[in-house]
Amino acid sequence: MLRRLLKDFRWGLLPVPGRLIAVIFFVALFIFPLITNVPYYLSIIIFCNIFVIFAVSWDLLSGYSGQVNFGHALFFGVGAYGSALLYKYLGWQPWATIPLGVLAAVLAGVVTAFPALRLRGPYLSLLTMAFPLMLLGLVFAFTNVSGGEYGIGGLPRLAATPIGEYYIILIVMTVSVLIMWKLTDAGSRYIRTGLIFHAIREDEIAARATGINTIRYKLLAFVIGGFFCGLAGALYSHYTRVAGPSTLLMTMSFQAIIWVIFGGIVSIYGAVVGVYTLYPLVEILRGIIPGYRFFIMSVIVIVILLFMPQGIAVWIRDKIERECPRCKLTNAAWRRECRACSASLH
Amino acid sequence: MIEGIIISTLVRGGVYALLASGFSLIFGMAHIINLAHTAFFMLAGYGMFYFMGELGLGIAPAIAITVPAVTLSGILAYRFLINPIREHLASVLLMTVALAMAFQELLLQAFGAHYRTAPALIPGVTEILGIRVQNQHLLTLGVVAVVILIVWLVLTKTKLGIAIRATAQDAEIANLMGISVPRTLLIATGIATALAAVAGILVSPLWLIYPQMWMAPLMMVMVIVVLGGLGSIKGSFIGAFIIALVETLVVFLVPGGSYLQVAFALLAMVIVLVVRPGGLFGIVFEEERL
Repeated sequence: MLRRLLKDFRWGLLPVPGRLIAVIFFVALFIFPLITNVPYYLSIIIFCNIFVIFAVSWDLLSGYSGQVNFGHALFFGVGAYGSALLYKYLGWQPWATIPLGVLAAVLAGVVTAFPALRLRGPYLSLLTMAFPLMLLGLVFAFTNVSGGEYGIGGLPRLAATPIGEYYIILIVMTVSVLIMWKLTDAGSRYIRTGLIFHAIREDEIAARATGINTIRYKLLAFVIGGFFCGLAGALYSHYTRVAGPSTLLMTMSFQAIIWVIFGGIVSIYGAVVGVYTLYPLVEILRGIIPGYRFFIMSVIVIVILLFMPQGIAVWIRDKIERECPRCKLTNAAWRRECRACSASLH
Repeated sequence: MIEGIIISTLVRGGVYALLASGFSLIFGMAHIINLAHTAFFMLAGYGMFYFMGELGLGIAPAIAITVPAVTLSGILAYRFLINPIREHLASVLLMTVALAMAFQELLLQAFGAHYRTAPALIPGVTEILGIRVQNQHLLTLGVVAVVILIVWLVLTKTKLGIAIRATAQDAEIANLMGISVPRTLLIATGIATALAAVAGILVSPLWLIYPQMWMAPLMMVMVIVVLGGLGSIKGSFIGAFIIALVETLVVFLVPGGSYLQVAFALLAMVIVLVVRPGGLFGIVFEEERL
């Protein structure tokens, strides 16, 4: 077991710069509270982690299965409001309300999927956009249940200290991202969903012709997306201790689109990079020039898109990694020969 | 109340029709979901507010500055920001969002987050069949009718319109027939932005002008375009009036309706889409049917 891990480390991790960076990044996140425990810095990272779950779940649904969802805030809001309502009316604690909030978000995913399965392309995007706004209308119409403008406040904390909250959310984020990465990994030998999602996105008719029940897998994408997005929403409501209408706004749905496409769509790391670039950027700008922070962010997004239209993470990956033309193994870009089959990389 | 519903529906529907036909034109031609479309509409509203309300110019110079300026900014945005990354559809989507956000934040900094209106283009009231109608509403209806007629004539009778429709149907074949596709796309973008600018000018005295005003109409425009069938201009005209009627009825008849008007409009869209997945007048290609 240990020898296997060591072997993986020596041959699977060290020669591939992208994987090395990812591992270093996660290790850095785990030791971050040892370096500083300023609550402000911790809170930035915590928000980043919550939004990473949110963005990656959008990427799984929209990027991988090709059902571009303009209303991802629905699942986020349902997760947040679901767990908040359970606390408000039944007085349950986070360990019970979060799973049930997630379940509500999964149900929302199934409900969205039923009309959405009949549609494709832009029609699907615009249909999904409708659902969070319909729910938002209900939230404002029934203020005695939902709390209206102010939302449902006073939710219990996840843990007693900020560091405890930091580690809970970080571990949840790491596990969720790992699961979603495995589920969408087209090269996996054991889990076929990744390959099937790719097939459906590239050519649905061909996927059907090869015997894939595309309806089932598209529904599955909605369920998985709803599950993780609901998780992010429930964590968000318990961390900010309020579930408000801001979780359902169109801005929230667009936020996921901005982060993921900026980082690079159809790549889990793209979503992570997108969130970890743009969210702290806005926070830093808040300290320097608060009025113009969103303007500067959008200008940066525009400029970067002009030069790296595939997203910043994909652009960097293409600079530091190269696929061997013969055996399709990933190599560092500065190698002259493939590390396995010694074919020339140029 | 009936006359209130009728006038409100016609005005709202007319404005939506202008916005939705531009959106539909861009989508049909370039397959771009232009989320910045109503940002240009907002820009025109602010332009009227600034030139008429702040600088005190007359109607004619204000319009003469606003429409070309907004149209030019739309064309420039298309040419220099959208066109270079046309083949990456996801990036184009994000580019339009970023553009709209940039406009929103710029206007927020320039004019603050206040709710504003421009002065009325023509003040006063007229009595028609015993109903008092604001001249502003009449003007809006008249301009909408004229503009829709012009767009219709341009699209069906002129060489440019034929080129636009040919490019929308099949850009490659249109290219082979000697139509300059990039130039046609640029002109179509200009027309669409100009339509949005006209809509913005018309609503500037009627609706509130604030930096987030692009979001609600954008949503409605997308609803209308989907309802009518993407890329179908006729569909967007009819969809605009259907959605305007639904919204107005909900506001007038349902208690607490102003919160639910969006929800009901969206419900109408969901029902249409479930019954007819291609919208009312959408073209469903044989290969896309499953």
